[in-house]
Amino acid sequence: MNIPRFWRKINNRYNLMGTKCENCGQTYFPPRNICPNCRREGEIVEHSFEDEIGELITYTIIRSAAEDHEKETPYILGIIELEENTRLTSQIVNCEIEDVEIGMKLKPVFRKLGEQSKDGLLFYGVKFSPIGKEE
Amino acid sequence: MKDVAVVGVGITEFGEKWNSSFREIFLNAGIQALEDAGVKGEDIDEAYIGNMSAGRFIAQEHVSALIADYAGLSEMNVPATRVEAACASGGLALRQGFLSVASGVQDTVVVGGVEKMTDVQSEQSVEILAAASDREWEAFYGATFPGLYALIANRHIHKYGTTRDQIAQVAVKNHYNATMNPKAQFQNKITKEMVKNATKVADPLTLFDSSPITDGAAAVVLVPAEKAHQYTDNPVYITGSGQASDTISIHDRNDITTIESTKAAAQTAYKMANKDQSDIDVAEVHDCFTIAEILAIEDLGFCEKGKGGKMVEEGITELDGKLPINPSGGLKACGHPVGATGIKQAVEITNHLRGEAGERQVEADVGLCHNVGGSGGTATVHILSREEQK
Repeated sequence: MNIPRFWRKINNRYNLMGTKCENCGQTYFPPRNICPNCRREGEIVEHSFEDEIGELITYTIIRSAAEDHEKETPYILGIIELEENTRLTSQIVNCEIEDVEIGMKLKPVFRKLGEQSKDGLLFYGVKFSPIGKEE
Repeated sequence: MKDVAVVGVGITEFGEKWNSSFREIFLNAGIQALEDAGVKGEDIDEAYIGNMSAGRFIAQEHVSALIADYAGLSEMNVPATRVEAACASGGLALRQGFLSVASGVQDTVVVGGVEKMTDVQSEQSVEILAAASDREWEAFYGATFPGLYALIANRHIHKYGTTRDQIAQVAVKNHYNATMNPKAQFQNKITKEMVKNATKVADPLTLFDSSPITDGAAAVVLVPAEKAHQYTDNPVYITGSGQASDTISIHDRNDITTIESTKAAAQTAYKMANKDQSDIDVAEVHDCFTIAEILAIEDLGFCEKGKGGKMVEEGITELDGKLPINPSGGLKACGHPVGATGIKQAVEITNHLRGEAGERQVEADVGLCHNVGGSGGTATVHILSREEQK
């Protein structure tokens, strides 16, 4: 991922800034510019998920990763529900592999997401931690 | 709309073909299909080619022109189109060829699928395949393709009580079928213990739950049904064709264990063919990972949602079962050259309907092909039949 591609979504990636359709009330993360429920009748505004408690819907332990994440293996990847029907894919940290379970409550934490060694670029963003183990 | 017939099929050996180039692989399959149909180059009106990522695998775009050129069709200015929908590229190409003939615009259409995957290192191929997911919101956070299907698998286990043994049984069955397929990449039997104890890739999935990196190509020749007997005494008809979309990311689906695109494509295809799931005698489904075959048999309607694992366990999907699934060995054991898979499925089903599938022949009048792109963002379903649709 190059700098402009990462940077243009930095508010979304750093602050869990998603969107909300004011017409139907559905929230979106990752952010959407069109509400699939309302399409052109929809009214999309920004909506922050920064203070949400998430719930783990499913998970896996990644043992073999693509080049840019190979150094981090093994790591826990999960789908986290922030609000009803608003879910995202991210990593679970501060949690032993044998302790992860569906249904666990999670809080967003700011972490390094990866690096691009060729340019020495570091990418940051949100991963999730079991509640009470954020630091 | 005209009825459409398959009058020729061709397929290469699947595997790690270090000595064969992209264009050689494709030509091998294409020439077999033309010879099988008895069609000459001058007769070809149009070509469609399913290919996921020649741009990343061999740094070659514009492969439609390359193939037309090296097939000797460019002198006749035959139009050639590359079609892409990740691992469903082949299924999409088949549908484009079908629509082209059904519409009456073209008479003789060659449809092929090809992927040359072994010219890059395996970590690179993992990264290239991850491009079928949402790069910015899945892959960037560390999702891999096996990882996405592992997320589905764990949810399926949690929600329906599907067992690790049931999931592993898919790989055991498909390897067994591939022992009778001389074109398959892996022609060896395996056991459930071997699957469960293999190198972990993304828990609960291991290397033996995963389809391999494969070079290969397949091709079919399509003509209007009314002309089929000019070419063959044994035509097979495409009586139903469906294609549908779902969200590109699995996190955006209301039910992570259901691939809505499969359900929708199947309904479209069943309706067009005037059939339902109970009419299907044999199916090639998209088992890129073992769990994917369980999702497929559920979402195609062969069993109730959540009962796919049990259906596998009971042996219903084995070669001598009531509904043989993946007689070729599937993506798991026959191999998965991503752009070629959708066409390979049509070749396999055609061979069974013609009674030319050799040792693994099943009794069948109606067969189904199910091809999935990515984690289900795209799916195609085709129904093939010995009898013309009336």
